[in-house]
Amino acid sequence: MIRDSDFDDLAHKSGEWLRGTGPESDIVISSRIRLARNLADFPFIRRCSDEDRVSIERTIRAKMDSIHDWQDVRYIDLEQLSEIDRQFLVERQLISREIADAEGSRAVAIDPREQYSVMINEEDHLRIQVMHSGLDLKSAWQSIDELDDKLEGAILYAFHPQFGYLTACPTNVGTGLRVSVMLHLPALVITRQIDKVFRSMQRINVTVRGLYGEGSQYTGDFYQVSNQITLGHREQDLVALVGDDVVPRIIEYERKARDFLVKQGQQDLHDDVSRALGILSTAKKISSEETMHYLSKVRMGVNLGLIEDVPVGTINKLFIHTQPAHLQKLQGRLLGSSDRNVERATYLQCHLSGKLSDGDLN
Amino acid sequence: MKCQYCEKPATFHITELTEPDGPQVMHLCEEHARGFLQKEAATPAASIAGALAKQLNLGQTKQELAELDQKECPVCGISFFEFRNTGRLGCPFDYTHFSDDLIPLLTNIHDSVEHCGKRPRRAAAADSHAELIQLRREMEEAVEREDYERASEIRDELHRIEEAGSTEQNAREEEE
Repeated sequence: MIRDSDFDDLAHKSGEWLRGTGPESDIVISSRIRLARNLADFPFIRRCSDEDRVSIERTIRAKMDSIHDWQDVRYIDLEQLSEIDRQFLVERQLISREIADAEGSRAVAIDPREQYSVMINEEDHLRIQVMHSGLDLKSAWQSIDELDDKLEGAILYAFHPQFGYLTACPTNVGTGLRVSVMLHLPALVITRQIDKVFRSMQRINVTVRGLYGEGSQYTGDFYQVSNQITLGHREQDLVALVGDDVVPRIIEYERKARDFLVKQGQQDLHDDVSRALGILSTAKKISSEETMHYLSKVRMGVNLGLIEDVPVGTINKLFIHTQPAHLQKLQGRLLGSSDRNVERATYLQCHLSGKLSDGDLN
Repeated sequence: MKCQYCEKPATFHITELTEPDGPQVMHLCEEHARGFLQKEAATPAASIAGALAKQLNLGQTKQELAELDQKECPVCGISFFEFRNTGRLGCPFDYTHFSDDLIPLLTNIHDSVEHCGKRPRRAAAADSHAELIQLRREMEEAVEREDYERASEIRDELHRIEEAGSTEQNAREEEE
């Protein structure tokens, strides 16, 4: 494992999960699975002394160092990081907001392809997560299962024969597994079907959280679907509930809504997404909400073949790279809100005006 | 419109569709919206409060609840009252110590009280969590006062408990 506090190189790349490939990637951005684990011989984080936290971090780091194929895994001490660097890792989805804002000894291990990350001293001693592009939960489960076995070989987990893996919060006990699929559902929002679709999901043990605007408000049209329960079902069954049952149904609804929009008014839709691209590639200053709003339209335009020459991977990256900490890392300096709006516009213009191809995105 | 948590303008309007009483609309500034969206999918404290409220309706008297609130874990010292307020337990032994009180709660949240997924190859026996935590603390104290003989005795003891758990686990796997 490489101990590292300088990860400026990350700002110029992007994670595998943003490639915009994988099954159903026109609608599914990413498939994420996380496992919550705790050491058997320490209290849970909230009841840990500062010394306990240091001790947990050291114990786990030493065990990780002994994993033989982890030579190129990067280990970042979060306690030593600046706020902007922590924010950067949050935007990147490599750490949670909770661990970024916490205090005391805490760390994250990240693989070079950014497909998995292991947080130490989050709400639980260990939070392992794997993220894949598109709807790819089965292979994400395989990866995380192997990763969990590897760590378990070196660590004694807190486990109860009846209750399973013990977690600080009883909502995670049992499998400690949370499956989350990030969906892009602009057509269901435009056709005002989204509420109805999700209300029908409530009865089947999944949680949906969404961000969407009212009337003229800005929106990214992203929704995250997750399993609600963690105890009493096998991991594979929870993965199947979300990946084989719930998500395919939502995808079908979104496809139908897109078809409807195309049939109903191809020209209006074409006009709308083209204007969005026009604003993004010519604006001189732009907020991140406005960026999200128009990127969402452009993403749908690309997926419906109404916008050509812009790879969907580029759009996915722009959602992340135009966020505040990313812009500041790319510029190598701290920027106030209005300076960021100018930088964001320049950055978008650079990558959408057709001068650069996807490979040049940095 | 102002953000409901601070003075900044609310530019994000989030509708939470999973609230039991129907969709809830929140008006947030960029910063608070970001924080909200990046939180875990479930809001544990809220769902635990909900489940506990249900439990209360199911017949626990005020007096019973007051007594339960006083109950403390001998290892981490957390009281049931504290757990109720934060939604977080204090140590792995709480699942053994508060087992009877947690079972109705787990039934409410998960509709089950029996894990049937993956099991680790090595696991300490459930009732040994208290001993493991206490012994490790003692070992650290022994090291601090440079009593290395005692520290090494405790280390052996810890290994013995870990081994016993692994044997138990293997026996269970063979039975299955």
